[in-house]
This record gives sequence, C-alpha cells and structure tokens, in this order.
Amino acid sequence: MKIRLTLLPYLIWSAVFVIIPLMLVIIFAFSTPEGNFTFNNIILVGKYSYVFLKSIVLGLVSTIVCICVGYPMAYFISKIKAKYQNVVIMLLMIPMWTSFLLRTYSWMTILEYNGLINKFLSSVGISKINMINTPGAIVLGMVYNFLPYMILPIYTILAKTDEKVIEAAQDLGANNLKVFWKVIFPLSIPGVVSGFTMVFVPSVSTFIISKMLGGGSIFVIGDLIEMQFLGNTYNPYLGSAISLVLMLMIVICMGIMNQLDSEENANT
Amino acid sequence: MKNKIYFSVLIIAFFSINLCFATNNSINVYSWGEFISNGSDGNMNVNEEFTSLTGIKVNYKTFQNNEELYAKISSGGADYDVIIPSDYMVSKLISKGLLAKLNFDNIPNYSLISDEFKNLEFDPTNSYSVPYMWGLIGIFYNKKEVKVPESDITWDILWDSKYKDKILMFDNARDSFAISLLRLGYSINSKDKDCWRKAADELIKQKPLVQAYVMDQIFDKIGNEEAVLAPYYAGDAAVVLKNNSNIGFVIPKSGTNKFVDSMCIAKNSKRKAEAEKYINFMCSTPVALANVKQTGYSTPQREVYELLSDDIKNNKIFYPDDETLKNAQIFVNLPENINKFMDELWIEVKSGGKTGNSWLLVVILFVFVIMYLLVVLYKKRKTTEK
Repeated sequence: MKIRLTLLPYLIWSAVFVIIPLMLVIIFAFSTPEGNFTFNNIILVGKYSYVFLKSIVLGLVSTIVCICVGYPMAYFISKIKAKYQNVVIMLLMIPMWTSFLLRTYSWMTILEYNGLINKFLSSVGISKINMINTPGAIVLGMVYNFLPYMILPIYTILAKTDEKVIEAAQDLGANNLKVFWKVIFPLSIPGVVSGFTMVFVPSVSTFIISKMLGGGSIFVIGDLIEMQFLGNTYNPYLGSAISLVLMLMIVICMGIMNQLDSEENANT
Repeated sequence: MKNKIYFSVLIIAFFSINLCFATNNSINVYSWGEFISNGSDGNMNVNEEFTSLTGIKVNYKTFQNNEELYAKISSGGADYDVIIPSDYMVSKLISKGLLAKLNFDNIPNYSLISDEFKNLEFDPTNSYSVPYMWGLIGIFYNKKEVKVPESDITWDILWDSKYKDKILMFDNARDSFAISLLRLGYSINSKDKDCWRKAADELIKQKPLVQAYVMDQIFDKIGNEEAVLAPYYAGDAAVVLKNNSNIGFVIPKSGTNKFVDSMCIAKNSKRKAEAEKYINFMCSTPVALANVKQTGYSTPQREVYELLSDDIKNNKIFYPDDETLKNAQIFVNLPENINKFMDELWIEVKSGGKTGNSWLLVVILFVFVIMYLLVVLYKKRKTTEK
C-alpha cells in the first residue's frame, strides 16, 4: 500500500505527460483533419522512405563509432585506480553541463570553411578542406554529443566484473587477448547493448544536429517531423503518422536489444 | 498539517500566476524577435512608454517564423492579443477566422499609413490588419568574389555553378520557391501546379551548388565571408553591410518578393480595446520612427519616412525606385492543395530529388522484424542446446 502511494506522483505525471500525448499521436496518425478514420497518413509516410533510410544509416554509423571510441575508454577507466575513476567520470560529464545547442553550435565555428581547423591548415600551408554540411559532420556531432551515454553503461558493467573470473582465466593459461575476447568482452555485452540503445535512439530522431552541421541539406526524420508541425502546411496528422512509424522502429530495435541483453544475463 | 500548508502554498502560487496573466491591465503581444525599439542604444523603450502612458502592462513574446505563430494561434491554447504576422499569414488567419475585425474608431492613427499600404491583397478590405513594417528580398554578394556589375545581378546568379558551395538558400519552402518562381517569371502566388513543379526542378538542379539551407545564420555566414551569395530580407541587410564593407546587397529589378508585416488582433482576445490602443500607439509617428530606426525595416508611414535621415531615405535597399517596387510581388495565402504540394516538393528538393517509395519503408520495417525474430530463434536454440 505504501509503495503504491509513493508511486502516485509519477503515475499521474506519466499519465498526463506520456500516456495521453502518446494516445493523441496515435489518434492523430489515423485521422483526417475532419476527424474521420483513415490509413492515408500511414501510407503517405512511405513516400519518405529514403529519409528514414538516411537517418537510420547516420544513426547506425555514429553508434558504431561511439562503440569503437567509447569501449576502449570505458575499459581504461575501469582499469585505473578506484579513486581516480570518479574524477575521470566527472571529467566526462563536465561538457554535458553546457547546453547541447551551444556545444553543437561551437562545432559549426570549428568546422566551417573559414573555421578554426581550416584557418590552422591554411596557416601551415595545407589547402582548406570542406568539412561542414557533410554527412561526416553530422556523425561527428552525434558522436560528440552522445558518446558519454555509451561510455557510462559500459564502464558500469566493466567496473562490476569480478576480478576472480579474470584470474581464473589467467590461471587456466589464457593470454591477455584471450582473456579479453573470451571473458571480459562477453561479460560486458549488456553494457554495450544499453549504450547502443542510448546512442542509437536519440541519433535517429535528432534534428538540430543535422540542421546545424548538415546545413539543412541533409534531410533526416527529425526535420521531416518538425516540418509537419512548424512547416508551411501544418499537417500534424502526417507528422503523427511519421512519429508513429519511427516509434515502431525504435520499439522493435529496443526489443532486439532487450533479447540480446537478457540472453547474456541468462548465460551468466 | 504539513499537507495543508503545502496545498495552500500551491493554490496561492496558482492564483498569483493567473493574476499576472489575466488582469485587464495587461496585454499579450506576440511578434518577431528584434522587431521593436526596446530601449537599447538610447532609443525609446516602446513597451515601457506605452505602460507609463496608459497603465497597461505589455507582455511581449517573440516567435521565429509565421508557422510557429500559426501553430500557437490555431491550437487555441494561446492567449495573445496583438500579433504581428506577415502578409500571407494574415490572409491565412483571416480565412480560418482567427482574427478579430478591428474597430478603426479606436485606431485614429491608421490615417497616417500611406495609401499604397492600405487594402493590400492579403486583406483586400483592410478590416483586420494595420501595416507595421515592410521590406523586400534581395541578394547579398561578396564584392571580392562576385565581379559582376550590380545592375547585372539577377536571381540567375544563385544558379551559377561558378559559385558552387558558396551559395546559401532560405531554409523555408515559401521563400525559396518564391525565388525559383520569380526567376522563371511566374507569379509567387501561382495556383498552377506545373509552375510549382518546374520551380522545384530548378531548385533540385540548384541543390548541388548550395552550401547550406539556413535562415538567421545567413547573417553570420555572409558577414564572416563563409558564403558569397545569399538571398535575404532588406531590413536586416543594413547591419551586415555596416560591419563588412566587402558585402553588397542588391534587389533584382526584374521582380522580387515584398513582405508586409501587419498588426492584428487574435479572435479570442479578451482585451480588444486595450489591444487597439496598443496598435494605435505603435502607429503614432514618434513611436513608429523609433521602431524603424532600431529595426532597420522600411516604414509604411509617409510622415515617419520624411523624418528619417537622408542617407536612409535615399538608400535603394530600403526605399527602392518605382520600377523595382512595381515588379515586387506580395505573398498571399495559397490554396490548401497548393500548400501541401509545395511542402511535398520542398522535401523532394531537400532530399536531392528522390524521396523513395512505400516499398522501401516496408522492406526496412521487415528487416527490423526479421532481425528481431532471428535473435529470438538464436536464443531459443541456445537454451535448448543447454
């Protein structure tokens, strides 16, 4: 009884701000402006499949880059002395105290054609490179912004790994590489999985990064949805339908991740 | 006991918030950012002046584009009294019945508006709107890289492959299409889908040359010489020209878009008389002069124009010659089907001409589901093996 009562504030919160809005999105996705039922919005979403594909590819690439960069970092943190670990984690979090928008905006001044990097390059006599407004710039922005979400869960798992398991493997004659691939990495899969979800989901649905670093010329799902709500035609019905399809993809994706996650848990 | 105190604090807080918003002694104004004289640089603080004159407080909020305004007003949740939309949005709001008819007896200063700004296409009987500012769209160019005489610059220059990756375009369907339509010699309010199709094809052709699609950033990017060519609104152009002498601004004589931002009152305003008082105040010559001086847009009031300094009065950017003005077109609201068509075409332009088909989306979803099933199957096999 007591537990239920303490849950109440959150239940009210989620009912008002999560469940009802979600219902509205579903209702809007299946209705015409006149209020009749229709499948038309969902069918129209199909017209923008390239936009979906592009967003998924960009999200996937940045998630993979995040794993490649984040895993070694998390491994390193988990190996240093315990008292320094907290400091390093703090240092990782510090950039996140600055506004997301501001951090992305500053990448603009770094990557621009007359930006910091190109100014440096031209001062040492190398010709300027066009970096901003490319898919690469967007991936960079995503990796930069979401990397901590990859490092933290992997670090948490690695730090929890029982030293005895590793020692046992070493006793049985495994070299360092073997210990890593056969013991540490499989044990850390749940961390990688939750890191994957925490990076992939926001990367697929972001729009401000693509707008700032992609110069508006690389059109992703976030842009498409924003356009339906704040665009010229103001079509919240199509916007809701697009959001619904996106949600469906993310739910399936989370399902896959969940399966992988529970599998590893079952094994251990 | 504790609970009681908590709740009473909540209730008091709730009511005091309500009081701030709903007293008859305040009005809510919703306008563009940096579109009023706010007391900086020694100019008049218009809103404070109004409060001290009438005792009515002004809650001044700003929006970024007309669509944001429309989303707020049409959802009905917003409580705005005076709003300042642009031309086509005025006509859209009128057609949706979201504007209140003005009582011009309360706005005697309306007589100060020049005749050529009365009864414009977007409000033909001029019963809903009072023009506030106007301006034209022109082209920024960097004199170091663009060696063409200014009189030869037309919209075609934005399609010139010589300036590849140095051209900016508006990140806004209506404005970008207007440029493409003007270039092809069509009306910017065309109701013919073929014209829009052709304009879109031209924009798709232009896309590889475009560095970025942006709005306010045009300002920075042109000022820092990051880009060489970009269309923009004349009012804001003056600031860039003042800060960087390499930049020029030209308004194509062959035709451009003229925008008129007007003051209107929202249909559900509960303080209409006060709102009209505010509009009247904004039209009084000293106030309008202060606003024009600070914002840099052009004024629709003859008397205010006469009071401006000669270098502004004679500046072709703000007050161009008759030929340019004659060829300039004003946006009106497009029919619903054209609006939809334009948005679809715009997505096509932004995605480089191809947006895909339904099958691909089905395939993507299918791949996701297959992956899910594979994982489940793999898991099952593993557990049975054990």
